[in-house]
Amino acid sequence: MMTDLTELTIAEAREGLKNKKFSATELNKAYIAAMEKGRDYNAYVTETPEIALAQAEESDKRYLSGQAKDLDGIPLGIKDLFCTQNIRTTACSKILDNFVPPYESTVTAHLKDAGATFLGKLNMDEFAMGGSNETSAFGPVKNPWSKNIPLVAGGSSGGSAAAVAAGICAGATGTDTGGSIRQPSAYCGVTGIKPSYGRCSRYGIMAFASSLDQAGPIAKDVRDCAILLKNMAGFDAKDSTSVDAIVPDFEKFLGADIKGMKIGIPKEYRVEGLDAEVAAYWDKAADMLKARGAEIVEISLPHTKYALATYYIIAPAEASSNLARYDGLRYGERVNGKSLDDMYINSRTQGFGKEVKRRIMIGTYVLSAGYYDAYYLKAQKVRRLIWQDFRDAFEKCDVILTPTAPTAAFAIGDKEMQKNPITMWLNDVYTVAVSLAGLPAMSLPIGLNKDGLPLGMQLIGKYLDEESVFKTASTLEKDAAFKRMK
Amino acid sequence: MSGMIIETANNKWEIICGLEIHCQIISKSKIFSGASTAFGADANEHVAFVDAGMPGMLPTLNKMCVRQAVKTGLGLNAKINKYSEFSRKNYFYADLPQGYQITQFLYPIVGEGRVTIDLPDGSAKDIGIERMHIEQDAGKSIHDMAPDKSFIDLNRAGVGLMEIVTKPDFRAPEEAGEFLRKLRSILRYLGTCDGNMDEGSMRCDVNVSVRKVGEDGYRTRCEMKNVNSVKFVMQAIENEARRHVEVYENGGKIEQETRKFDPTSGLTKPLRKKEFAHDYRYFPEPDLPPLVLDEAFIEDVRQEMVELPDAKKARFVKDLGLTKYDAAVLCENKEVADFFEKASGGRDAKKVANWMMGDFFAMLKDKKISIEESPVSAENLGKLVDLISQNIISGKIAKDVFALMVESGDNPEKIVEEKGLKQVTDSGAIEAIVEKVIAANPANVEAYKGGKTGLMGWFVGQVMKESQGKANPAMVNALLKEKLG
Amino acid sequence: MTVDADMVRKIAFLSHLKIEEDKIAETEEEFNKILSWVAQLNEVNTEAAEPLVSVNEAKLRLRDDEVTDGNQAEAVLANAPQKEYGYFVVPKVVE
Repeated sequence: MMTDLTELTIAEAREGLKNKKFSATELNKAYIAAMEKGRDYNAYVTETPEIALAQAEESDKRYLSGQAKDLDGIPLGIKDLFCTQNIRTTACSKILDNFVPPYESTVTAHLKDAGATFLGKLNMDEFAMGGSNETSAFGPVKNPWSKNIPLVAGGSSGGSAAAVAAGICAGATGTDTGGSIRQPSAYCGVTGIKPSYGRCSRYGIMAFASSLDQAGPIAKDVRDCAILLKNMAGFDAKDSTSVDAIVPDFEKFLGADIKGMKIGIPKEYRVEGLDAEVAAYWDKAADMLKARGAEIVEISLPHTKYALATYYIIAPAEASSNLARYDGLRYGERVNGKSLDDMYINSRTQGFGKEVKRRIMIGTYVLSAGYYDAYYLKAQKVRRLIWQDFRDAFEKCDVILTPTAPTAAFAIGDKEMQKNPITMWLNDVYTVAVSLAGLPAMSLPIGLNKDGLPLGMQLIGKYLDEESVFKTASTLEKDAAFKRMK
Repeated sequence: MSGMIIETANNKWEIICGLEIHCQIISKSKIFSGASTAFGADANEHVAFVDAGMPGMLPTLNKMCVRQAVKTGLGLNAKINKYSEFSRKNYFYADLPQGYQITQFLYPIVGEGRVTIDLPDGSAKDIGIERMHIEQDAGKSIHDMAPDKSFIDLNRAGVGLMEIVTKPDFRAPEEAGEFLRKLRSILRYLGTCDGNMDEGSMRCDVNVSVRKVGEDGYRTRCEMKNVNSVKFVMQAIENEARRHVEVYENGGKIEQETRKFDPTSGLTKPLRKKEFAHDYRYFPEPDLPPLVLDEAFIEDVRQEMVELPDAKKARFVKDLGLTKYDAAVLCENKEVADFFEKASGGRDAKKVANWMMGDFFAMLKDKKISIEESPVSAENLGKLVDLISQNIISGKIAKDVFALMVESGDNPEKIVEEKGLKQVTDSGAIEAIVEKVIAANPANVEAYKGGKTGLMGWFVGQVMKESQGKANPAMVNALLKEKLG
Repeated sequence: MTVDADMVRKIAFLSHLKIEEDKIAETEEEFNKILSWVAQLNEVNTEAAEPLVSVNEAKLRLRDDEVTDGNQAEAVLANAPQKEYGYFVVPKVVE
């Protein structure tokens, strides 16, 4: 074989396939071999090489007949939150250990229709609740950048980010509720975008917090994100929150001139706990954009500091209701009891992990009679203020630049993180506000810290303005010249 | 005042009652899925994945259910809210697949309204409607198929419901009964719910409390869920009210609780208590943005409105001269009213009404059939009345003709023609018969002339008999009087 | 606001989760830690703020009333832990 096919980006692989430098089958076999060799990362929870190869065979036929589609033969990993017809889908929870959906999510259906092949289902935090992939019933994902001690891949889309970084899939789907695409992307030195709320259909994606959940791609670079997102997004009548807007060809914005664009730097984001190296890279990124002719403006997002607390009321509240359906009655693991209530309680108590149970209980509490106004309603009002902050800020700028996370990846089993759930939650400080406002945001790697671990920058756009995010990101990516692992 | 007063040795108590009625919306598909609402399919056949609460499945709102709700709201003289929101009501139950019911809470689609009921004493009373919202029905649990297991069928899960909440305006069981009959009538007129309580397409929760006559405010109420006939609702109200009175008179306290109505004893009993009270944790349904209706939508529904029983009744009394009672009977059921209007069109409506209220209803009752199954069509009933009005047949012959119509389904003209039942109105022919009868009965003629004028009826009978009932009775009378002097 | 042991039991009951009696105190402590942290929202003046319900200010779309789904009992029941005669089966429900 000429080069390691798994080192190619999707754009490069597509070129190779079109020019018949290699076949889809060869490409998929290369990834399958890599996937098998990379099991130590624990990125996949279900491998489907036979499915990928069957799909690749079809792709090869289309390449031969000149009818190849946009993603024909491109091997993807799918976060285990997306329901895939006839392929076990567990949300990495024990309660769904044996669940095989009889239906396909809209996003994965789109990808399949575009010719993508599916290598398997990717590890994640249980029901997407977590920031380190440690809440997965299948155990944590190991960050491919780990040196002596195993580091977390981030979460909840930890398997997706790690698999892309390790070159055991060409690209992956992720979902983001409070940072679950962006934070693991930053920790694993890959690129991921959470599009505007409503861009990608939520149909067939197991719900965590419905008003926040958004699907998006995690890929090797900005261009691959553009290619994948174009094929994932689109109006879907089956999702009442899906937005009926044209999906632009995001690729065509890449490399466009950013001269005159206004880049906002939120003054409130220099928070306590922000790593000095991260802060330095943030300045550097701003300088790079400035050097390309963009104007750096200071903006204010005064309610941002309340975003985490707001998020940790709204997301658990919705989750407590969304997860009520997992009761061992119609699907999933049943633990019997002498009465129906016992069966429910046993199934749920044994089926859910600690973090999920914690959030279900918080959510139940903040919605309960006598506390609703003080917590849930209050959080909804603060959410309005956070949303308004961004509106006001975008009067003054086109894109906002912030770090993705305050630190680099930490060790699996980190004592501080385990001791207090809030410490773990604080890693989402830069990502949750964006989720609460429903805005598009991308994380891309900016460089390595002194320990040789990747750090990410976040670019936030106006609602439905992924265009400006892609434009700015492609420039920043070029100047940062981050060296991918694979 | 028509209220029911429960008298005890020292006190007079009045009943305070409100109803919550769940009405299944008539639509082809479910409120949040494309599965059929048809009744009677095999278990779990009419189930979309969203109805089964499968992971990742999402609700989409059926336009028809919204239209039906707006139409019902207009029928209840209620405010239509252009802005409404769906909420989740969270609780665990075997036939509630999502673990929550999608309903409306803070912002229902229909606001305050009113329904007028007629009371037995001839007076009318307005019952306030507090609100009406739309929501999804639950599935069905079957407990009697095996001793240690329950079986779950989700065919009904997700069928659209309208929940109508009344104000606590009922002061007697009869008022609630009358209201339910009236509501059922309105819903059937509108075609928004078939209103069958025995089939569960209309289900009633009853809230009851009592207070001393003259007392302000309300005392603690109890709720009886799913009372499934008008009779049981009335029984539940009365017996629950009597229970409250008894508790208070004995110095006790009523606890706010949900009770079960037992149809065999007619009494209510408390449900098994759980460790903690229910707490439904309502919050806005994040899978469905707010429902915003514009004026055009509401106007479009308004165009489809039909004349409702009250308006129809008033018109029947005013324009057609029916009695209030007849109009009420004919208007309760839309099919009956439609039949009546068809039969009475361009004719003496009162006569048609008399025929319907008499022989026609007796026939339906006798045959145990609905008006739609009647062998006598509205057109033919109208024609029968025409034949009487035009003196072609007498009222007495008409009864025979009607019997033949029921038997054959034929039109009355054909029957009268074929059986030769046409009334004789030829004065010469009648005169001949009159003379024949007089000639044949000299003794009675003598007696009549001697003052026994009561014999007139006998003479008429003889003439009618001689004419095989076909002679015009008025002409027979006149001629006899003339001939007998 | 803080929760006590009884409230923890109530929340567990409403959530249909079981907390062993010896874990109640621990859960209570953790809960109160989280609640005192989210209490920071009380600093925010929200008098003029409408609660945000729909982040993209979407209006609800209405679907035509057509039967487009169902008739798939086998698929609906495919993952059921216990099923008989086309029904889901559960331990006897006592009213």
